Amino acid sequence: MDEIAVLGVGMHPWGKWGRNFTEYGVAAARDALTDADVDYADVGFVSGAVTVRCGYPGYVAGSTFARALGFTGAQLASSYSACASGATALQVARGQILSGACEVALVVGADTTPKGFLAPNEGHRPDDIDWLRFHLVGATNPVYFGLQARRRMDLYGATTDDFAMVKVKNSRHGAHNPSARFTKEYGLDDVRNSPVVSDPLRLLDICATSDGGAALVVSSMEWARDHGHRNPVRVAGISTVSPTYPDPVIDLPYLAADSLAGSTTATVGFKESIGARAYAEAGLGPDDIDVAEVYDLSSAMELDWYEQLGFCAAGDAEQLLRDGDTAIGGRLPVNPSGGLGAFGEAVPAQAIAQVCELVWQLRGTAGARQVEGAQVGITVNQGLFGHGSSVVVRR
Amino acid sequence: MEGLFTTDADEPRLIGGRVPGTESYFFPKHLGGADPRVGPVELEEVLLSRRGRVWSYTTSHYPPPPPFVVTSEPYEPITVAAVELEAEKMVVLGQCVAGVGPDDLEVGMEMELTTDTLYRDDEHEYLVWKWRPVAATALED
Repeated sequence: MDEIAVLGVGMHPWGKWGRNFTEYGVAAARDALTDADVDYADVGFVSGAVTVRCGYPGYVAGSTFARALGFTGAQLASSYSACASGATALQVARGQILSGACEVALVVGADTTPKGFLAPNEGHRPDDIDWLRFHLVGATNPVYFGLQARRRMDLYGATTDDFAMVKVKNSRHGAHNPSARFTKEYGLDDVRNSPVVSDPLRLLDICATSDGGAALVVSSMEWARDHGHRNPVRVAGISTVSPTYPDPVIDLPYLAADSLAGSTTATVGFKESIGARAYAEAGLGPDDIDVAEVYDLSSAMELDWYEQLGFCAAGDAEQLLRDGDTAIGGRLPVNPSGGLGAFGEAVPAQAIAQVCELVWQLRGTAGARQVEGAQVGITVNQGLFGHGSSVVVRR
Repeated sequence: MEGLFTTDADEPRLIGGRVPGTESYFFPKHLGGADPRVGPVELEEVLLSRRGRVWSYTTSHYPPPPPFVVTSEPYEPITVAAVELEAEKMVVLGQCVAGVGPDDLEVGMEMELTTDTLYRDDEHEYLVWKWRPVAATALED
């Protein structure tokens, strides 16, 4: 796959600010433009990552951000794929650039998130599986996280302290991140003493919901070279894959997994397939990765990703963690930003924020949370309803 | 909630879909996806296995938000089990019957389907499918 250049990155700090999401997106976009030293007039395409609030899909995010920055006649699109929206927006921008439809694109995601459980909009919708899972089973998002965590304990002997150690590690990373919402360093006892939410997961194992915004300025490699960007971080692979039938793993928001009764061949797990696609596009593999940003909706989920991205064999993630391999200073640091544990989830901004962190890491400008010598990084994330999201970046 | 399960008092069953002539099952019938390996077909309605084995489980210590209806005051944590159906080899979620918590469950344990009250309003009692350990049924008998 041809590469594109990341010229600039920007973020509005995560928090619970309660203001209009446009404000965060615009602040992030302006930071990214400044960081890229790109004139906004040169942006030919604005790609917005969308949220859903008040039943109004996304406030048509691409145009909302573009209008707040000032309409210039740029082409627009808005992408909605839940937590994966940011990767989809980047994917759309890459397509525009590689097809020659534009030279420079601005990718923006921002959200204002209500407190508490993410829940469906009001109304009676028995034909909507996302509504049914709440109504009939009380299956909130943390219920699925709890099921996955318990499964991990049963299959691999993971302990609740292993999960807590993920939080402890990520909080140590996040303490050095000025864009993170939670910068306190937590100890094991803090996690152990926090209330159980979805057994076996406790409050500090599960990510909060946050406000925040993130943006990228991306361009063709030629445009970057012609405008003085001699060695930009490059996007080498993007995955926005769906699951492959039959997928035997129950995942949100569904009430049932696929049936394996009629299958005689090996199945491909959805989460394994997400990173695989990004690796394939980049022509790289797990051994090439120096740093990763993975979607720790729960602490236990981070361990799953180690295996699903091929960093270790199934069942070995706890050992990787215990050996310190995935902490800054280790062999393959994971979530140097602090991850969702330190940010909380601002849904359409999150996949973009993951890329921002890797760009800082690959430029060597991540300050106290710098992963020394990082040249190649991968993000991974998953959006409700079967949206994969993974981006490989390299220097 | 019609069309998702039968309400036979002794032997309730989940109502699923199947690609005719195959073992590709779906639940719920019309919201359970499709098998891309076969062409466009009308799924046939099938009753799914009543028994299966625990794939995983969790207990919600905070009340789920609407459209879930909380029926206990104060809120009694609900336990959700993911159960792999015997014949269909398909994992299906469901609440566990009251009184079953994480200490009563383990992965691989045999479970069976029953029905129970989801909630009541002034006019009706609404039912839902739930899971209960087969061993508990044996004790009751």
